[in-house]
Amino acid sequence: MGKKLSVFALVLMLAASLLSACGNAGNGASGGDNSSEGGSASGGSAAEGEIYIPIISKGFQHQFWQAVKSGAEQAGQELGVRITFEGPETESQVDKQIEMMQAALDKKPSAIGFAALDSQASIPLLKKAQENNIPVIAFDSGVESDIPVTTASTDNMAASALAADKMAELIGGEGKIAMVVHDQTSVTGVSRRDGFKKQIEEKYPNIQIVDIQYGGGDHLKSTDLAKAMMQAHPDLKGIFGANEGSAVGVINAVTEMKKEGRIVVIGFDSGKAQIDAIKNGTMAGAITQNPVGIGYETVKAAVAAIKGEKLEPQIDTGFYWYDKNNIDSEEIKAVIYE
Amino acid sequence: MNLQLKSGALQQVLALASLVVLLVTFSLSSGNFFQFSNLIGILLSTAVIGVLALGSTFEIITGGIDLSVGTVMTLSAVMSGVFITFWGLPVPIGILGGILTGALCGLLSGTAVAEMKIPPFIATLAMMMIAKGLALIISGAKPIYFTEAESFANISQGSVLGSLIPGFDIPNAVLIFFIAAILGFLILSKTIIGRYNVALGSNEEATRLSGVNVGYWKIVIYTLTGAFTGLAGVMMASRLNSANPALGAGYELEAIAAVVLGGTSLSGGKGTIMGTVIGALIMSVLTNGLRILSVPQEWQTVVVGFVIILAVYADMLRRRKA
Repeated sequence: MGKKLSVFALVLMLAASLLSACGNAGNGASGGDNSSEGGSASGGSAAEGEIYIPIISKGFQHQFWQAVKSGAEQAGQELGVRITFEGPETESQVDKQIEMMQAALDKKPSAIGFAALDSQASIPLLKKAQENNIPVIAFDSGVESDIPVTTASTDNMAASALAADKMAELIGGEGKIAMVVHDQTSVTGVSRRDGFKKQIEEKYPNIQIVDIQYGGGDHLKSTDLAKAMMQAHPDLKGIFGANEGSAVGVINAVTEMKKEGRIVVIGFDSGKAQIDAIKNGTMAGAITQNPVGIGYETVKAAVAAIKGEKLEPQIDTGFYWYDKNNIDSEEIKAVIYE
Repeated sequence: MNLQLKSGALQQVLALASLVVLLVTFSLSSGNFFQFSNLIGILLSTAVIGVLALGSTFEIITGGIDLSVGTVMTLSAVMSGVFITFWGLPVPIGILGGILTGALCGLLSGTAVAEMKIPPFIATLAMMMIAKGLALIISGAKPIYFTEAESFANISQGSVLGSLIPGFDIPNAVLIFFIAAILGFLILSKTIIGRYNVALGSNEEATRLSGVNVGYWKIVIYTLTGAFTGLAGVMMASRLNSANPALGAGYELEAIAAVVLGGTSLSGGKGTIMGTVIGALIMSVLTNGLRILSVPQEWQTVVVGFVIILAVYADMLRRRKA
């Protein structure tokens, strides 16, 4: 028994030392980011007279969501309202998101910002919000329901059509290209794939899309499948990566195959790896949404809705093409994020 | 015993034969498959999952299973990032830190299994959650980049062999995978750890009765698995030049699939390192070949599922005869 206890004690000590290391590292990591005060999931009930807006996102791990969060916090400060920002760990956890939405409703907020993972699954809760006169602002991707007073999102079809135009221009209007998409089930995956594909098929008859594969946004998987694409089609002229993970995978694949500059890589979203790749010439350019703007517009619209102002059903938060030429401009610096 | 040895050898021959059949089939179906660059690509994409599977082999031979290797791999990658990028320590210390992080997680799982008598499935499930949470906390839910330490990328991406023999550009990750496999083979077949590992998996009670400190050796084996997992984490971080806390989930299942394809029995007591290497290669040859043939991705997943069922069924049929 004594031995067991001592082993147990040892394990506890090791765990404690690991935790303390984590604490230090955590501080190091979040040095410049002390704005996440409102980010905790346990906001509590709204205080008397205070405007409280919980924002339920699709996740929080990707840099994209961190940027949305910072936009929302910025608007919250400017407009003097309290916001909380939360989301499930992965973008497949529909049930967790529903629980978060339920918990948010129970706090009797003034309005709710919501980026649905599954637009059907969330409808009962949206109805509940409506019954309680809590305005819902959809953001990022829409909900198939007329309950949200407005939707603040990127026009993904139009954004990836712009990517297709840039691809056509950069490969000289003809040749074989391929696409690496994150998935074939989410709204962004489907609309970016279709927006790009439709534009190529309708406007550029001499360009052939030879392969479309899905890497789940996983960097390593996307790398391996992009390499297989280049292997299968040695005359491939360009690859489009439809989100951050896909684009990073394509960049890695091109680097590993030593085809830098010989394949036109066009990405979507932002992040340090993409920014570096544009600067060193591995990536021709990318489309960025305006995640800070999405967060900002969501909170702004929520406050307007609380005041009873009339809102347009759609708020286009915009998108931009960025490449070597404009990456250092003020306009682009504001919408790309590392 | 003799019979068991023979059946082990036969299993490897079978696995190797299926690998060869796959290679020949894909080579005949597409001229772009059997090329030096693609074969190296296949080896490179096997390396990380392969090292993960090597580690898992030891635990699976004890009759255990490890659901945490995917996320522990991520945590190890993140800890390397902490040492190198946040604290500015030299690259070798970062590598060591990553491997030790994995080993520590293995030590904890092993202790939970051996001393607290928690079933491996539950203990490693808990470790999966712990590692995932810690990776997010430590990294601040942001990817850590190794751009400041340029030599870090060379662990996986560089080519020591290429600099020795011109034109022989085999990435270091592949080299590390093969060295790890040889190391694993030596541990399993030539050391006391390996001997007790197999004995424990065949019959834990008999092993205990013959005077072996079963609990101690289990902890050693889990720690060993953890060290391999940590190495896989460092290799992944080096290949991507970043440690992303959102990666790694689901990799444990691919590692388990590779181990099972290699003929290691999930009920324990039987398994080889060579088998795992072949199993991991089968997995990546299959996905690469199907990708090159532009088979739609949904069908790739279905095919891999069927191959696993077939491989395990063939193994069971053969064992029933023996």
